[in-house]
Amino acid sequence: MSAPSNSNFSRRTALRAALGLAAAGGLAACGGNNGRGGGSGSGVGLNQYFHAYGEAGTEQAVKKYAKAYKDANVTTQWITAADFENKLFATLLTDNAPDLFEFHPQIQMVRSGQVADLTDIIEPVKDDFNPADIASHTVDGKTYGVRMIDDPQFFFYRPSLFEKAGVKVPETLDELIEAAAKLTTGKVKGLYLGNDLHAVINPMIWSAGADTLDEKNQIAYHTDGVVEGLKKMRSLFTSGDLLLGAPTDYWDPSALNQGLCAMQFCGMWAMPQFQQTLGDDVGVFPFPKVTADGKPSVYNGGWSMFVNAKGKNVDAAKEYVKWLWIDQKEYQEDWATSYGFHIPPRTSIAEQATKLKSGLPAEGVKLFNEFGHFDNIGWTQAMITALEDVFANCVRKGGDPEAALDKADAAVGRELKKLFG
Amino acid sequence: MSTTSELDLASPAPAKASPARSRRGLRGNSTFNFWLFTGPFLIGLAIFIYVPIGWSVYLSFFEARFTVTPEKFIGLDNYRHMLTNDDFVGSLGTFTVFAAFIVPTTWALSLGLALLVNRLRFMRAFFRSVFFLPTAVSYVAAALIWKMSIFSGVRFGLMNTVLSWFGIENIAWLADPNPPWYWLVIVSARLWLQSGFYMILFIAALQNIPAELYEAAAIDGAKRGWQTFRYITLPQLRATSTAVILLLLVAAYQAFDEFYNLLDKTTWGRPPLVELYLKALGENQDYGAGSAGAVILTVLICAVTLFQGRLMGFGRGDESK
Repeated sequence: MSAPSNSNFSRRTALRAALGLAAAGGLAACGGNNGRGGGSGSGVGLNQYFHAYGEAGTEQAVKKYAKAYKDANVTTQWITAADFENKLFATLLTDNAPDLFEFHPQIQMVRSGQVADLTDIIEPVKDDFNPADIASHTVDGKTYGVRMIDDPQFFFYRPSLFEKAGVKVPETLDELIEAAAKLTTGKVKGLYLGNDLHAVINPMIWSAGADTLDEKNQIAYHTDGVVEGLKKMRSLFTSGDLLLGAPTDYWDPSALNQGLCAMQFCGMWAMPQFQQTLGDDVGVFPFPKVTADGKPSVYNGGWSMFVNAKGKNVDAAKEYVKWLWIDQKEYQEDWATSYGFHIPPRTSIAEQATKLKSGLPAEGVKLFNEFGHFDNIGWTQAMITALEDVFANCVRKGGDPEAALDKADAAVGRELKKLFG
Repeated sequence: MSTTSELDLASPAPAKASPARSRRGLRGNSTFNFWLFTGPFLIGLAIFIYVPIGWSVYLSFFEARFTVTPEKFIGLDNYRHMLTNDDFVGSLGTFTVFAAFIVPTTWALSLGLALLVNRLRFMRAFFRSVFFLPTAVSYVAAALIWKMSIFSGVRFGLMNTVLSWFGIENIAWLADPNPPWYWLVIVSARLWLQSGFYMILFIAALQNIPAELYEAAAIDGAKRGWQTFRYITLPQLRATSTAVILLLLVAAYQAFDEFYNLLDKTTWGRPPLVELYLKALGENQDYGAGSAGAVILTVLICAVTLFQGRLMGFGRGDESK
């Protein structure tokens, strides 16, 4: 600096220094906003990520639970993007990572040390949880997530339209395709599976008598049955009986509710909205069997809470998860049945949930119990994407199923090798 | 220093001492002033541009999964992986073809708009604004409008409604890649978003062409219209055209927003940047391979730009004449 050598320390020099400081300060200020908020100053601040649920009141509910917690100031980020997982994965690497977040069990998050071991908070109530939900969150005897809700996915249909078209509930994929053709009229398409059809990938694999991975974590989806299923899906895609390019995706009940289609693949969560719009004129059925030796299937999806193991407040976050998702049974039931319908993973709450005991919800629960397949923690996002590419390449684009599956094998194999050696 | 002495000469003698003295503080130390004015900008540039570029070059030599501070050096493995990755190499190919189509199309459309607007006798400012306004629209917002209202696949989508007047069946514009209608959606969105900006550049250049040239041409017997355009206007726009084409080329390879939003979860029509995004920031979180791809893409963009610059003589001294 020239300032010391200058005999009169003028106001210009002072101004220069001030400018320099301001520039540096402006840059430093960029790091200030970490989304945690100021809060009242009492206790620790925790930040949680939720994907935007479609049902009214859900965001308020999550915030209400958080507010009721006294030991920490919990703020909620309600992520509206369709690619929740991309956003979550990216922020988990930064200092702005949430302290806790909802997601699905995936082993790569365990292997990379991103999710904290929650065994100690789950252990006391382990027997109250659906054993399948515990199993899907457990690696080497340690449990890494607390299941909040189970969401079986299946078809919703309009019995009145079935009657008019002389169609019965399909029991095979061929019958589903046939039904879609008969139900298609000038203004109504027979079937809606979402714009990218990705929601039915796993059900189709299971209904073809195959699986994503076997018990030894080896590829189990590359079978003749799956190839047959892919070819049938291609014929359905090109039949003109499928609703495509709808403004909302499969998880939103609008397509069936607005009369755009006669059958829609959706989930338990949307049941209240279907019933509200269609009254009694709505039924459910599982993904029908694809091959003669296959079996109908239902994907028991859902959401679980995880704690960011690299966060600053791991213990406080664990305490909050324990408080809300283990101890507060009233909130857990509220969350599962007051907005969309979800099946509570805890037996004691499921038994009390009167809303799920009769009528259509009871049928949904029956499909969940009878045909349900839970998440496999070894089946990670990269593998999910690999099979989405298979569907994109051969069902939507018309490529050869064998070639597409071979390509997926390479991608899944690379991932399996990294995770299991 | 020369300015100071000029000032001294110009100023009357008594007033000379004090003002010149205080000014010397600011004027005399030009090096310091240079850094004062460019410093903040350079710091920003370094932190937000050069450090990330350097870091991604660094990352590209490491096994960087789920981390941006990797430890395992793997040499050129990431480059090998990306260059043998069909999706990435394929998208580079597709987008070279895309660039070869979209660059001349946008160039021609924005030049056409500029010529039309420039010839208007009234409401010129209005039309200039109308065509320029889409530039201010967010790509994401435009993509959503294109996807959900104009090119929605259901019967009440705008295009399907129009087609149904002529008895044409509903078309799933974006969901079904055969036939590839999605290019129509993307190209129309892109032209709508981009041509206005380049139109403004062309209008500015058109207004810079001296009227005497046209007069001289008219006196020499050049016909109005095509002949004048071909031999006067077009050569005069050469510098602007070169710059526009250069910007368009870079933009074509850097396409992201509208593709990402319009072609969600497809395996087709993915620009290189979407591939890299999925690789690095997506579920794979493979920052090493993603960075290697980014370096490859940068080198490619530089090469294409330099080649184009050489071809059209960008930066040559006489190009503005």
